[in-house]
Amino acid sequence: MEANGRRSGVTRRQFTTSAAAAAAGFVLTACGPKRLHEMSKDRLKRLIADMERKYAEQFGIAVHVADTPAMPGVEFAYALDISRCVGCRRCVYACVEENNQSRDPQVHWIRVFSMEKGKGVDFTEADPYYQPKEVPEEGHFYVPVACQQCRNAPCTKVCPTGATWTDADGIVVIDYDWCIGCRYCMAACPYGARHFNWSEPTIPKAQLNVNTHYLGNRPRPKGVVEKCTFCIQRTRNGRYPACVEVCPVGARKFGNLLDPESEIRYIIEHKRVMVLKEDLNTLPKFFYFYAT
Amino acid sequence: MTFVRLFGQFVRGSARLVLRGNGAYWAWLGFLAILIASGGLAYARQVSEGLGITAMRDQVSWGFYIGNFTFLVGVAAAAVVLVIPAYIYDWKPIREIVIYGELLAVSAIIMCLLFVLVDIGRPDRFWHLLPPAGRLNFPQSVLAWDVLVLNIYFVINFVVVTHILYRAFDGRHYDKRIVVPLVLLSIPMAVGIHTVTAFLFNGLAARPFWNASILAPQFLASAFCSGPAILLIVLQLLRRFTRFEIQDEAISKIAELMAYAMFLNLFLHGAEAFKEFYSNTEHALYTRYWFFGLGTHTTLVAYAWLAVGLNVLAFGLFIVPAARRNWVLLNVGCLATYAGCYIDKGMGLIIPGLTPDTLGEIYEYTPSLVELRVAAGVFALGFLIFTLMLKVAVPITLGEFHGDGSPKHPPALPARVPAAGH
Repeated sequence: MEANGRRSGVTRRQFTTSAAAAAAGFVLTACGPKRLHEMSKDRLKRLIADMERKYAEQFGIAVHVADTPAMPGVEFAYALDISRCVGCRRCVYACVEENNQSRDPQVHWIRVFSMEKGKGVDFTEADPYYQPKEVPEEGHFYVPVACQQCRNAPCTKVCPTGATWTDADGIVVIDYDWCIGCRYCMAACPYGARHFNWSEPTIPKAQLNVNTHYLGNRPRPKGVVEKCTFCIQRTRNGRYPACVEVCPVGARKFGNLLDPESEIRYIIEHKRVMVLKEDLNTLPKFFYFYAT
Repeated sequence: MTFVRLFGQFVRGSARLVLRGNGAYWAWLGFLAILIASGGLAYARQVSEGLGITAMRDQVSWGFYIGNFTFLVGVAAAAVVLVIPAYIYDWKPIREIVIYGELLAVSAIIMCLLFVLVDIGRPDRFWHLLPPAGRLNFPQSVLAWDVLVLNIYFVINFVVVTHILYRAFDGRHYDKRIVVPLVLLSIPMAVGIHTVTAFLFNGLAARPFWNASILAPQFLASAFCSGPAILLIVLQLLRRFTRFEIQDEAISKIAELMAYAMFLNLFLHGAEAFKEFYSNTEHALYTRYWFFGLGTHTTLVAYAWLAVGLNVLAFGLFIVPAARRNWVLLNVGCLATYAGCYIDKGMGLIIPGLTPDTLGEIYEYTPSLVELRVAAGVFALGFLIFTLMLKVAVPITLGEFHGDGSPKHPPALPARVPAAGH
């Protein structure tokens, strides 16, 4: 036995020590922070470098994964003017491109519902698959729905592993590396805002948005849940979400709830705003209003 | 005798027992093996291609798997129906068969955990649920609670049956100081696993069909029907194929308990239906989808009424003492109970809960072939575990398989010894 140990150049003591060190390392890692946002800066940087390498291999182009944290003194909110929305769905597809949603199978974080005037906002009568020659259709109005970024979010409460939570700036995010795909959050969400990757998502290489955030639009694997993040990769750098920029009629408004001078505060204070399914006490940070 | 030697004897003896059996035994194992293989292949495809090959979609994000999980939690909980009279009222005829209820509970929990495993999108990350390596969102997430109580319940039942069987194998009586407290603890735990599983759905305000406080009591009532229904059939099979004696009185008593549970089950269903249809708010939509369909969407209607019919039939049969004592009617009642509760709690709970979806869309879900094969595989694996455990447990309780040397008698299961009592 001793001879064997010497021949391979590793003594029993060395072997035991390194095995113990490896085991201790594993236990410490395993018992340490699980979710990306809790990890030390260094470890997160290393993991993000791994992600970038993996994406570069997968798509054949350089992908940047940012870890921009929430800005202090910022809580994001959104307002949508139902009287202006014409139902063109440009927001839906701008979102798909910006946020690297799967093209096949199709994943849409924003869904637009066509509703009949006279019936009011009634989802049981609404049609998300309207295909007229032209919008807006006579006698119809439109209600786009995405994640309502609830203050009292049912989805984060039910997640068994804590893979989804509300970040400091009020954005409900998902750690795609920690989600086990149980879809309890989807059962809990009253707004159909959460989407599951039922199959391996596919994005043509040429259409990949390479500016990503690790809690936002980086490419997702199959078997995990995803949703709108208020374009975290843009808004944490002071830009508007893609849907706000693309809206041809200016129905979409976005800003910092904590800034008294912001447009979002003006709208909340001067317009008649409402939230969807108010009775559920989810306290959305996504408001609907009628400006005209 | 040293523990190691005894354990060695136990393992060798058990292996000998499960490897010996008549044609029917091997045909049964072969049947289960085919289902397990078919389920395994289907699951392998599901893992490589994703859950997209099931019929579940964003609109109906849970389906057949979670339905079966819910039903089987009820089966696992129902072992308690037997434990209560056996240990609290010291009712001997039932006491002898409690151990089989607990073996059923152990098998059912294994099936439950497997159904959760096959449902999740990332089975490779299952360990994320297991601290300290994982992270359990306790106490916020009811699913975290469910993971806890299911595992505790599993351990309790496993320890009790192993202890009793091991002691019997060793020719000793079980230790009351271990068994009695654990058995007493298993009663609230059984109620607990089913209540927590009901709360899993109950706590979701987004789904009015589940967000009814009647859900937990109704879960318990239906569990106390379906669990004993399976057990009654198993007990009759044991009596038929082994020398194990089970008194008619015990079987009739269990059937009587099932009648009360079924009454409660039907009553609670009725109370819920009254509230939904009389108040007729928009929340009645889901109940209406289940019983009458919405427009052209009527996939579930036949199942809904079939379940009602079967449950009413079972109640009618079990409430009449003469029918309980008639073996044909008793078994018809058991099958009706099992099928009625299975439809009710599988498809009838999950699908109308999610249809129409939260934004009013109707996606009519029916399980795909892959889901059916995987589910059949999980059931087969559970029944295989149950069969093998019985194959060892029955001879131990009969005193035919014990520690001092090889088994005195050949394994009991294939023996064609007419059972006493009928």
